[in-house]
Amino acid sequence: MLGYIGRRVLLVIPTLLGVTIVTFVLTYVLPGNPALVKAGPLATPQHIAEMERRMGLDQPMAVQYWRYLRGLFRGDLGESHTTGRPVLEDLIQRVPATLELTLAALLVALAAGIPLGVVAAVRRDGWLDHVSRLVGVGGVAMPTFWTGLLSLYVFFYALGVAPPPLGRLGAGITPPPRVTGLLTVDALVAMHWRALASALHQLVLPALVLGFSVMAPLTRMVRATMLEVLESDYIKAAWAAGLPRRTVVYGDALRNCMIPVITLIGVVFGFLMAGNVVVESVFAWPGIGNYAIAAMMSKDSGPIQSFVLFVGVVYVFINLAVDLVYGLVDPRIRLR
Amino acid sequence: MTPLLALEDLTVHFDTEDGVVQAVDGAALAVGPGEVVGLVGESGSGKSVTALAILRLLRPPARVVSGRIRFDGRDLLALSEEEMRSVRGAQISMVFQSPRTSLNPVLPVGRQIERLLVRHGGAAPGQAKARAVAMLREAGIAEPERRAGQYAHQLSGGMCQRVMVAMALATNPRLLIADEPTTGLDVSIAAQILELLRDLGRRTGAAILLITHDLGVVARLCDRVVVMHAGQTVEWAPVRRLFHAPAHPYTRALIRSIPRVDREIAMEPIPGAVPSLLAPPHGCRFAPRCDLVRAECTAHIPLREIEAEHRVACVAVEGR
Amino acid sequence: MSTLAYVSADGGPARRSAAVLLWRRLSRNAMSLAALAVLVVVALTAVGAPVIMPYDPDEPDAEHALEAPSGRHWLGTDLYGRDQLTRIVHAGRVDLLVALAATAIALSIGSVLGAVSGYRGGWIDQLLMRVIDTIQAFPSFILAMGIAAALGNSVTNIVIAIAITHVPIYGRLIRGEMLRIREMEYAEAARTVGNPRRRIIFHHLLPNCLPPVIVQATLAMGFAILTVAALSYIGLGIRPPTSEWGAMTAEGAGYIVSGEWWVFLFPGTAIMATVLSFNLVGDALRDVLDPRMKGV
Repeated sequence: MLGYIGRRVLLVIPTLLGVTIVTFVLTYVLPGNPALVKAGPLATPQHIAEMERRMGLDQPMAVQYWRYLRGLFRGDLGESHTTGRPVLEDLIQRVPATLELTLAALLVALAAGIPLGVVAAVRRDGWLDHVSRLVGVGGVAMPTFWTGLLSLYVFFYALGVAPPPLGRLGAGITPPPRVTGLLTVDALVAMHWRALASALHQLVLPALVLGFSVMAPLTRMVRATMLEVLESDYIKAAWAAGLPRRTVVYGDALRNCMIPVITLIGVVFGFLMAGNVVVESVFAWPGIGNYAIAAMMSKDSGPIQSFVLFVGVVYVFINLAVDLVYGLVDPRIRLR
Repeated sequence: MTPLLALEDLTVHFDTEDGVVQAVDGAALAVGPGEVVGLVGESGSGKSVTALAILRLLRPPARVVSGRIRFDGRDLLALSEEEMRSVRGAQISMVFQSPRTSLNPVLPVGRQIERLLVRHGGAAPGQAKARAVAMLREAGIAEPERRAGQYAHQLSGGMCQRVMVAMALATNPRLLIADEPTTGLDVSIAAQILELLRDLGRRTGAAILLITHDLGVVARLCDRVVVMHAGQTVEWAPVRRLFHAPAHPYTRALIRSIPRVDREIAMEPIPGAVPSLLAPPHGCRFAPRCDLVRAECTAHIPLREIEAEHRVACVAVEGR
Repeated sequence: MSTLAYVSADGGPARRSAAVLLWRRLSRNAMSLAALAVLVVVALTAVGAPVIMPYDPDEPDAEHALEAPSGRHWLGTDLYGRDQLTRIVHAGRVDLLVALAATAIALSIGSVLGAVSGYRGGWIDQLLMRVIDTIQAFPSFILAMGIAAALGNSVTNIVIAIAITHVPIYGRLIRGEMLRIREMEYAEAARTVGNPRRRIIFHHLLPNCLPPVIVQATLAMGFAILTVAALSYIGLGIRPPTSEWGAMTAEGAGYIVSGEWWVFLFPGTAIMATVLSFNLVGDALRDVLDPRMKGV
């Protein structure tokens, strides 16, 4: 077990390095001369050359990469022109919004997707199975931005039950004092019921849209895993031993199915982070995805690559966490 | 002696994309109380399907077309699913091949025995643990208390099979069905497992239906043998008789094809191939490969008793 | 023997040609057939768009701006009065082209990398796998965003961005297949006869890896279309004046609050229908070509 943990943790290091190399390459392949951009529109050629020298742009690639890496460790992710602040600061300020949306969507996806997948496998070819297959096949084909727009049209424009997509709180509601940055949690803690209600109201639709987009692949994978488990030898032996259906299916089979599903959570997170960008765009949600898009719109190049780096690093650590939990839960790994 | 288990005229079909596979056709067998009966046949002879049919474990596309499975006075095919569940694991147990994969990988093996004892053996949860450990000890597992807390992947193949045997016999079933229990095990371990089966069987009074393709195993352990070919029962006899005076042409060919170390004779494989079960020949399915074939062989051939306890499904054999 | 196994007709399924099997499989399932039909329609209209579409996709017609679907304009018009149906069909050309090009490039590069990696093993394998791991360390859409932002908004750059993120799919697949078959008899035979390694890899072994690749490529086409559409939606992909389904949907986003639903709905539907069709056809192909992958 300790060997497993050790190995997984060690493996993270080259992966992280690889991530930084990729974003380094992307940053330096960006259109335009970073020195030119930093020096400003009134710079003379001498200023630009001076800036290039100061930024180390005349150095060989390896040296530049080293400077880049050192900068990362110092927390230097560049600066944003639109906000005038260091990118890291901007990201930190906006992460809670993305986090809240992602967690809410994850909750939706797990709460709906896993049971659906399980029951679809257990009652194979039943009506729920057909629903799950529809969700699985259809959901995977629907572009998330389209689902978002469609739901806005139906629930906001046509039915009027959803709020206008203007952000995390309705107009005129004061935000609760910041504890975690998650508005729902902060409002709950501070017992600002109006704020809580408003925050939830704003959160529901984007969380459902994002959750649904991720639910499709999750349900398919859960169903496939459960089907496989139900065909395994030990399940057949359990039937032969006369154990009741409840025990065999919802005890043994389910338990064995959930273990590989844990590793699926990592993949699901990847889909969530990707879908996040689009959903934040559709619902004008002030998270890091929207930040990256807005920066790009104003030709502000720093934030996008730092955003990519940020997401990459987080994704690596999430996968690590998932692997470690898996190792803890599966006795085949936990015990030698 | 009234048999504990009596299969009559069992027919099982599989509905597949390519057609109906007639996997078992009019099979019959009987097991007396405390007896060890071997069910022998090549791959595809329908022995495993028959075993699964006894416990009503067959799922679509398999379907039992006809037959009676009399166990302890009741026809198992007529029981409700709930009644059947109280038979499985309690009165009839089954042990499969590949022991390691037949154990739940995420439950300690002791617990897997315990819950059977609680469900079928009427044990209180407190007693179940002790009884499970005792059963493991009886199955020849050293340090049973420690092993009971371990998982399948921590045990060797032989130990896993001992656990399976312990699980199967913990509830004191009347009949134990063992489907190729030694496949994949080392020869020496296999021998130990077979001895274990026989000894525990004797001690608990359980009858054993041993399914195998290995005639050597049959010779060593069984009291009686039932031979199947292409889904049909072709012969059944006490073990000595089967080996010394096999009657059915298929059985004779089977015995002849066993390589011998004590004499020098040429190996004689059985000519032809196992018939297709999608479109099997009418009547005796061995007829196309048989050198005693005659016109009557295309009609249904019933099992005929030619001597005491010796039945054959062949018109070419003399006897009553 | 598997307890539920059965012996089929002569010991194994008869050797029917793959094409016949494929047709049988597709036609048996109404949905696969419909999906195939959709794909054919999309492809044909995309190719024949300039000829068969009655309107010019770029020509504004201020008199008929923002008209709901009608007999004249089946899918309505946009802000400039342009016929949506025509625009959608033209946009289809771009989306399909991008997806096709990206898939073809990723397939080629990925297959070569995977083949070499799987066959040679050793440090080459380790190195290539590290590269593939690094690409897969990012969620693929995020990486595509980064590459598209770095390279710029042209069609070529988007194709490159998507292709790069898809290389690992084929790389891993082919590598897995290679590992499986390089020890088989015919590989051994080819080696014994003295074939040079390159010939063995590319002439003998790689063709046998094709079936799962075809399945994967079909499924990946759908994914590629979703990616280019999403990139264009957020502004990182294909930009106007080139029409593209995602960008068209973005144009329509603003009209939700004023009720002109057709501007965003139809381009999105086109995306979904096409991707769905690729997925269904891909699934049917998988049933025929590689039953092992079932349920994945």
